[in-house]
Amino acid sequence: FLGAGGGNDIQWCFSQVKGAVDDDVAEADIISTVEFNHSGELLATGDKGGRVVIFQQEQENKSQSHSRGEYNVYSTFQSHEPEFDYLKSLEIEEKINKIRWLPQKNAAQFLLSTNDKTIKLWKISERDKRPEGYNLKEEDGRYRDPTTVTTLRVPVFRPMDLMVEASPRRIFANAHTYHINSISINSDYETYLSADDLRINLWHLEITDRSFNIVDIKPANMEELTEVITAAEFHPNSCNTFVYSSSKGTIRLCDMRASALCDQHSKLFEEPEDPSNRSFFSEIISSISDVKFSHSGRYMMTRDYLSVKIWDLNMENRPVETYQVHEYLRSKLCSLYENDCIFDKFECCWNGSDSIVMTGSYNNFFRMFDRNTKRDVTLEASRENNKPRTVLKPRKVCASGKRKKDEISVDSLDFNKKILHTAWHPKENIIAVATTNNLYIFQDKMN
Amino acid sequence: QDTQEKETVSPERAEEAKLKAKYPNLGQKPGGSDFLMKRLQKGQKYFDSGDYNMAKAKMKNKQLPSVGPDKNLVTGDHIPTPQDLPQRKSSLVTSKLAG
Repeated sequence: FLGAGGGNDIQWCFSQVKGAVDDDVAEADIISTVEFNHSGELLATGDKGGRVVIFQQEQENKSQSHSRGEYNVYSTFQSHEPEFDYLKSLEIEEKINKIRWLPQKNAAQFLLSTNDKTIKLWKISERDKRPEGYNLKEEDGRYRDPTTVTTLRVPVFRPMDLMVEASPRRIFANAHTYHINSISINSDYETYLSADDLRINLWHLEITDRSFNIVDIKPANMEELTEVITAAEFHPNSCNTFVYSSSKGTIRLCDMRASALCDQHSKLFEEPEDPSNRSFFSEIISSISDVKFSHSGRYMMTRDYLSVKIWDLNMENRPVETYQVHEYLRSKLCSLYENDCIFDKFECCWNGSDSIVMTGSYNNFFRMFDRNTKRDVTLEASRENNKPRTVLKPRKVCASGKRKKDEISVDSLDFNKKILHTAWHPKENIIAVATTNNLYIFQDKMN
Repeated sequence: QDTQEKETVSPERAEEAKLKAKYPNLGQKPGGSDFLMKRLQKGQKYFDSGDYNMAKAKMKNKQLPSVGPDKNLVTGDHIPTPQDLPQRKSSLVTSKLAG
């Protein structure tokens, strides 16, 4: 497996961990999304308390050639607040479901953050100068007595300590009856989509008072509801193409040139199921929790409860690759249903070159699959491996029978320690892995 | 291969049998709309401002509507009283990730 040394296998090392050490986790601190920006210089996290924390990679230090820059706090702000919709008797959580960065166009950075109902465009800008030498004001802002002003001077900008300010530039509200699960910025960098359980809307980044509905799967009679939208994403290069996944394990690709309302898909990706294997759990575990296009745009990856699948956009009838994340859980589905873990929504991500995919699991384990070598590895995000440049030791779960030394048995896994959110730097081998309330950063070992 | 299939039950089917043994009344539809409906209704709170205000005004003497023939349908008790309503304040505390 990866990390066993030799060849081109990556050796992952602990770099940093952020967050509280204590086991008593406050609900607000539960991390709900992690996302690198397009250059990888910034790393954003969102949490259940509606807060966003952005880390910035420090400039590479020539004397520290053995490691890349560390990520330090750059900005933090309250993105969303809890709300109560009195008309519908609906409590609206402030939890940040997704963050998506816009590509950088000028000195400022922009990101979209969303909770269940409202999407916000945030501008993060730096201020490192301030005007000094006003005529009518003292330096502390108090107004001077005009009679004491006897000379005039021109105020000048002087350097100040760097201040990073976040301000909400647009608020996109009141367009979703159901709960938003995805946002995705179009490759035109002007529009974006937002998806809830039953509908997908198209927005223009400049316009907040209207959006176009492009997918609507709400049945006329809600009793006939059989399927919901679980994730959606725009194609990285074709601005007319997007996909959305469903709770039934299907992915639909839609072309906005075909019609205004894309209820008719252009392509339907679905793996045929063996009817003799069908059980009560089949549909639940086939529900897709995440869909991500490869950087190339040729492939897309889906995550269902037990596996990761890679699909070639040119082939609808089955995935081209399937990777088992934790197949040993198939014989634990009954208890996983009882403790609701079967409904956990794991995300997945590609590395920059689309050669490796990563996803999380339980017991603070996360998995990587090398598409070329077909090797895989299980690693653990734990404070026990705290020393920088310590190479992470691969982990192994013993499904049944004799447990070897260093293996962990399925029954010993901690199902409360789930890694749902992971992110891979767009260019480097740097990964961000979120446990319940901690953010781990790992890097490959540089020689 | 045929005899092998008859002897070994797939792990999923075995788990399904376990679940059905525990919950015999489990829905006939395989994992379908019940979960979807629950998902769509996330966040729904049932709130009656009349009962709420009555509870707030501490009208202890006034009797709440008595339970109907169906003893499981006690509406009055299900409506939040001031002490039941969770305080929905935003976090004033900075995230510990920034600490």
